[in-house]
Amino acid sequence: MSETAIALSLRATAGAFTLDVAFDAPMRGITALFGPSGCGKTTLLRCVAGLQRASGFVTVGGESWQDDDAAVFVPPHRRAVGYVLQETGLFPHLDVRRNLEYGYRRIAPGDRRVSFDEAVALLGVDGLLERSPTRLSGGQRQRVAIARALLTSPRLLLMDEPLASLDAASKRDILPYLERLHDELSMPVFYVSHAGDEVARLADHLVLIEDGGVHAAGPFSELSTRLDIARGHGAEVDTVIATRVARHDETWHLTELTFSGGTFNVARNGLPAGHPVRLRVLARDVSVTLDKQPGTSILNVFPATVDELVDEEPGQVLVRLDLNGSALLARITKKSAHSLSLKPGMRVFAQVKAVALV
Amino acid sequence: MLDFTGIWSAVRLTLELATVTTIVLLVIGTPVAWWLARSKARFKEVVATVVALPLVLPPTVLGFYLLLALGPEGPGGAIASLFGGRSLAFTFEGLVIGSVIYSMPFVVQPIRNAFQAIGDGPMEIAATLRASPLDAFWSVAVPLARPGFLTGAVLGFAHTIGEFGVVLMIGGNIPGETRVLSVAIYDYVETLQWTHAHVLAGGMLAFAFIVILAVLLIEKRIGRSTP
Repeated sequence: MSETAIALSLRATAGAFTLDVAFDAPMRGITALFGPSGCGKTTLLRCVAGLQRASGFVTVGGESWQDDDAAVFVPPHRRAVGYVLQETGLFPHLDVRRNLEYGYRRIAPGDRRVSFDEAVALLGVDGLLERSPTRLSGGQRQRVAIARALLTSPRLLLMDEPLASLDAASKRDILPYLERLHDELSMPVFYVSHAGDEVARLADHLVLIEDGGVHAAGPFSELSTRLDIARGHGAEVDTVIATRVARHDETWHLTELTFSGGTFNVARNGLPAGHPVRLRVLARDVSVTLDKQPGTSILNVFPATVDELVDEEPGQVLVRLDLNGSALLARITKKSAHSLSLKPGMRVFAQVKAVALV
Repeated sequence: MLDFTGIWSAVRLTLELATVTTIVLLVIGTPVAWWLARSKARFKEVVATVVALPLVLPPTVLGFYLLLALGPEGPGGAIASLFGGRSLAFTFEGLVIGSVIYSMPFVVQPIRNAFQAIGDGPMEIAATLRASPLDAFWSVAVPLARPGFLTGAVLGFAHTIGEFGVVLMIGGNIPGETRVLSVAIYDYVETLQWTHAHVLAGGMLAFAFIVILAVLLIEKRIGRSTP
């Protein structure tokens, strides 16, 4: 197996439930394991960490953690894995500093690729070091748990719904830290979630899990706009577009965000030029016109090519548009599709009524 | 007219016996409690029953079997012969063995409960933080189960101090060797030395009160520290 990839194939049965998954993931970025509750995501993570036995193999960056054919099963404490759970599991008998040092002290100094100060600064826990975990807020506890996992310099960081038990405010508080983690460390992350917005904001790579099996796996941008998948998942079909801040328009209080298909105008934000921004566009906020409309209040209009159309009940059509390499999903009525005679390959214009920064 | 030498010798012997017994029980009882708390073996409850037997058995029954086991014909006699003795019965060592068996459930049960209350979570977290099972046992399980150890040690110590029937059966009444507090009180009453009996009995009453209060306070602290 390549040293730049994570590969696994695991099979386990517990009662009526069968987990049977196999996929590859890149050795960098965040791979979201996405699926409804009870689909086997947590079992999968536990098997990767070695806390639970399944048959098959797990290879991380050229290192074999399990290979039944070669009778290899590395016990959990010898796997370079970091594990962050929904409930943080901070040790209540140790203060924050000693919680952080617990794993750090147990790896050889030569294997430490994340320094204590680095992890503390990255997660913003420097003010909490002398406190007891029982006297931290939910968000603070979770940040300490993430820092503690990072300090073991894992080859793979597993996060099992790390935000699920937090209230909305704590979630908002912690998401920027996860993004910094993503931007500043090259550590690969398996991120389990059933929350679409978290996945949209963080994921580079997506593994869709259903009923204990892999429904689809691939780069996030590719997978999230595949119509068969988009239709099957969630009430709200959307597209997430990766853009960068180009410049700010002070006169009209707007910020220009560029991507391969053109430029989005959004309400002015304070981000520096070049900063990456992910946009979420709901399919129902995208309309299709054959010609560029002269008199319209909509700022975000892009030339596009119709890629694919899928019927949706009742009376709706989901259209995948190609905006010079970026996909965009539009949901229109069957009647409109018929009267415009939309077909794959047609040149059209996509009008985006609303976007959200994620 | 009070014979303080006799009283003091009984008190000192009793404290020695309780201390040695408690230490032995913590050493033996901890792995037993861990195994009972974590094992998935089917015969686990059978072992738990054997450990708990002294709770139900009359001390004389236990003492009778121990007397046979420690005597010259039993395994205790065989061990004693290695050191030039004839029997472990009617010796301090014999009392320690009897007390360990007799007080075992009082030490094992609270520690087992404390280990069970910890659950798998902290041990698994420790494993993902590179702690080997033994390392995690010492650095996570034992500190988290500390209130259980405290309760177990206090109960084991106190119960050994209070034991009477087993001691009488296997230890007899040898001053300075096997004549512990409870036996001394019995002896004083039999010989109508009421003042001596009063001193010892009053002391034991106060001691028992303090012990039970201490255990209740420890348990209250556990209740508070568990979030």
